[in-house]
Amino acid sequence: MTAFQAGAGYGDGRPEEARGPAVTVFDHADPASKRIIVGYGFWIFLLSDIVMFSAFFATYAVLSGETAGGPSGKDLFNLQNVAIETVCLLLSSFTCGLAAIGARAHNGLMYYGGMAATCVLGLGFLAIEIHEFVGMIDQGAGPTRSAFLSAFFTLVGCHGLHVTLGTLWLLTMVAQVFAKGYRADILRRVLCFALFWHTLDIIWVAIFTVVYLLGAGR
Amino acid sequence: MSSTDDYQPLRGADHAPGDEPAHGREIAEGLLGYLIGLGLAILLTAVSFFIAGTFLVWRPSVPVALVVLAIAQIGVHLVFFLHITTGPDNVNNVLALAFGVLIVMLVMVGSLWIMYNLNQNMTPMHMQMG
Repeated sequence: MTAFQAGAGYGDGRPEEARGPAVTVFDHADPASKRIIVGYGFWIFLLSDIVMFSAFFATYAVLSGETAGGPSGKDLFNLQNVAIETVCLLLSSFTCGLAAIGARAHNGLMYYGGMAATCVLGLGFLAIEIHEFVGMIDQGAGPTRSAFLSAFFTLVGCHGLHVTLGTLWLLTMVAQVFAKGYRADILRRVLCFALFWHTLDIIWVAIFTVVYLLGAGR
Repeated sequence: MSSTDDYQPLRGADHAPGDEPAHGREIAEGLLGYLIGLGLAILLTAVSFFIAGTFLVWRPSVPVALVVLAIAQIGVHLVFFLHITTGPDNVNNVLALAFGVLIVMLVMVGSLWIMYNLNQNMTPMHMQMG
């Protein structure tokens, strides 16, 4: 179930009396619930994802001036688009929170409504980003043009890939709750999904600051 | 994950402590948290975009201001959206976060520092040609 049974299940298979008095470790009054443990494990994964992104950020920061005579961020970035993308992701983070509350409350309207809004906003974000990428490649500013653009497409594209995978995961969670109901194990997956989606927004905060706002003012 | 003791029928079953469905007050509190987070995040984002475009402030201060605003907003997201707080059941999460921040700082500051040094010590291009 959701809480580890203190003591039981941690044995080495020997009968109780054979273990001797040394095995009295698990006498915590309140062992952590499985929900907390799963959340912690997934948080570790998310931090490792953030560490991976930090390597891309470092690469971008080092290469951001190396335009090889090509266009710089100032020539390419359209801050209005970036503002719309930011609003999309920020609102989707909020609606994702609504969906998480709805799941915990077993409230279908909040859960499905929140997930639907999150999906629409996520797809809107992706549409704007793909439009931006296609526009840049069309005017000869693709990832092969300069080290700056290689780093740009790697960093922002990797985030876009995460959003794409997140959207697929979102649809999976909607289908799982629809098919299996608000089961404890399904709810833990919803929790992990919500953490993932919020983390994407955190990375986007770093991207719109470091890449777009600092890049456009360069 | 899919072991049979995870299974909970929708109705007529006991809930484990901490896993019973949220009720009115809990929902309202959760909603309020997300609303506060959204408000603060929108405010910080708006200020970021405003400062990036304005000439009302001393321009050389803009990059520092943007970085500070971004860190503040990441903090808001962590507290109000990811619920990484200072509560007693959150110690492990905070410690993991602290370690993550340490690694991120090492990677970013270390890379920038080393590459800046290399650039400084490299012979300038025009001197090589001349």
